[in-house]
Amino acid sequence: MVTKNRSVYRAVLLILVLICSMVVPVMAAEPIRIGAFVSATGPASFLGDPELKTLEMYVEKINAQGGVIGRPLRLIHYDDGGNANEARNFANRLLRSDRVDLIIGGSTTGTTMAAVPLVERAGRPMISMAGALVITEPVRPWVFKTPQSDRMAAERVLADMQSRGITGIGLISGTDGFGRSGREQTLAVAADFGIQVLADQTYGPQDTDMTAQLTRIRNTPGVEAVFNFGFGQGPAIVTRNYAHLGIELPFYQSHGVASDRFLDLAGSAAEGVRLPASALLVPDALPDDDPQKQVVQDYKAAYEARWNMPVSTFGGYAYDALMLAVAAIEAAGTSEPKAVRDALEQIQGHVGVTGTFNMSPDDHNGLAPESFRLLEVRDGQWVLVD
Amino acid sequence: MALRLPERVPGLPVLALVLLLLPLFLGNEFHLDIATQIALIAATVVGLNLLVGYGGQVSLGHAAFFGMGAYASAILTGTYGWTSIPALVCGALLVALLAWTLGRPILRLKGHYLSMATLGMGIIIAIVINNEGWLTGGPDGLAVEPLTVMGAELSIFDHYSLLGLEVSGALLWYGLAALLLLLAVWIAQNLVDSPIGRALRAVHGSEVAARVVGVDTSHYKLLIFVISAVYASVMGSFYAHYTGFITPQVASFEHSIELITMVVLGGMASTYGVILGAVLLMLLPQLLTDFQDYEMMMFGLILMLTMIFMPKGLLPTLSEAVRRLRPRPASAPASGQE
Repeated sequence: MVTKNRSVYRAVLLILVLICSMVVPVMAAEPIRIGAFVSATGPASFLGDPELKTLEMYVEKINAQGGVIGRPLRLIHYDDGGNANEARNFANRLLRSDRVDLIIGGSTTGTTMAAVPLVERAGRPMISMAGALVITEPVRPWVFKTPQSDRMAAERVLADMQSRGITGIGLISGTDGFGRSGREQTLAVAADFGIQVLADQTYGPQDTDMTAQLTRIRNTPGVEAVFNFGFGQGPAIVTRNYAHLGIELPFYQSHGVASDRFLDLAGSAAEGVRLPASALLVPDALPDDDPQKQVVQDYKAAYEARWNMPVSTFGGYAYDALMLAVAAIEAAGTSEPKAVRDALEQIQGHVGVTGTFNMSPDDHNGLAPESFRLLEVRDGQWVLVD
Repeated sequence: MALRLPERVPGLPVLALVLLLLPLFLGNEFHLDIATQIALIAATVVGLNLLVGYGGQVSLGHAAFFGMGAYASAILTGTYGWTSIPALVCGALLVALLAWTLGRPILRLKGHYLSMATLGMGIIIAIVINNEGWLTGGPDGLAVEPLTVMGAELSIFDHYSLLGLEVSGALLWYGLAALLLLLAVWIAQNLVDSPIGRALRAVHGSEVAARVVGVDTSHYKLLIFVISAVYASVMGSFYAHYTGFITPQVASFEHSIELITMVVLGGMASTYGVILGAVLLMLLPQLLTDFQDYEMMMFGLILMLTMIFMPKGLLPTLSEAVRRLRPRPASAPASGQE
């Protein structure tokens, strides 16, 4: 019996050795773990849903092409439902339980900021897909973001107003996070463009009529244009009220409504409205020498073919986040967090869907205001103005 | 016979033992983090249960009290440089005053007017927190300073030496949350077993009968409403310091509903039941992530099935089932069905 046991023991040992020798080469291709927390359901699902779809689709694509630095990507994703506390918990889970190399998320400013302290502490790069300036200013070592900040949208609009010789405007904004932050940024930079904000009105996200606010703006002497910083259905209602009141002044919207859905909601009232938007809305109108043209067209075609639904600007943020991560990992030659972070900071001239990224230690967003295209609605279509 | 449990399980020592041993079974800091949050929310729910389970009144705005405590701590320590404990006390006093002002006229009435009043108040407070961005940071939230006690800062990210042992801040926070939960349960049980508790149960049974035997019903209802609001405020303060970042969602109507659901799911008027409710409702989102798209459906299904098959709540139904299964001892035939 003893000898039999020993031979079994030997056989087991041999098998173990064999397995170990097989594991070593497999270890070399250990997947790069990319964690994501997005608001795929809940009130912010219009952000998180296209983002998640984009991430899933491109991780599949990249893996089919052999992965990054010879290693496949593994996407671990959670849905925070737009709740900041859930986002914090999922970020913690990604960092401590799933031990990811890099995080993409969150979809909103609140969910991003809730995760920031944990990410900073754990020392993993995080690329946010949310808009507000506070995410990257002041610059935090580990936090990056792909959308332009709301300040840039305000600057783009104000610059266009300046070029039209406008000096006094009426501002109307939503009281949600997007509108509130946008209002602050507009008030902060208006003077730089020689523009005075003469009327400053707000509306709640659930309001169904903004005639009173618009009437007050119209009756303010010196107002030469109106700027609405808002998000969701509110701006569409403002646009309709604006048309009903017959206000003739130039009307600007923010990038918060830069989607085809706004055209459906506002209908003919949207004629003449100008807004800053991603190139993704007008891929075919871009001049052929525009470096973004190819990227934008490819992304739009791939997304629409795969999911059979119209592409959205927000999905583009996720595309850029993933591609920036891939570029940084390739440049670093490793998925080691510190090296990836340093590489992210060095990225120059990376052409994405949202714009061309030039990162630096002082700028973890890397976009210029010019990455916003100024569009105007003509005959129910987006037309590229600038 | 060996399986026979004592008629009244001594709850508090058992809970203490569970809380003490739990860290040994938790794999990583993420689990510890969730456990800490559950303990803080469970303590809030124990307070809410005093009102719902014993006072027979429903508050649909308890998250607002929780949120007020959280924001009071965040603003007073962050913007005005107070230390944590005075800020916490100040928040609790503010909440007590608000609850008293609200409850005094409302609780003189019979019926469920308190739910309407708290519903309205909760929504108003959530709107104020959302809109007064200069003070509260608005919808994008507010960062909160770590807890400071007598000059010492307790941060989840630091390490501390305690009796010569190196202890992580996360573990210390867990210990603090566990102590708070035990304290919350201890106070609640003493209240329930005091004349206040007996008066409240009389009110819950029949308000008219209670009045006939001379119980000042509105006084007791008001008292328990204020106490449960203060519970929420204090736990909100700790929660804010712990998570380090709060958004108006902590004070939202949805959060109020979540708290009430924990009470109903766990078992009204059962202190340990509602703790179980809190554990379950906080763990489910983490456990159900594997179902991805079906997460919300699973969540709803679990809640529905519990309410259909266990209308009294989890713990009361389970303990009743255990009692039924247990063979009745011949010597004391009546005690099992008490």
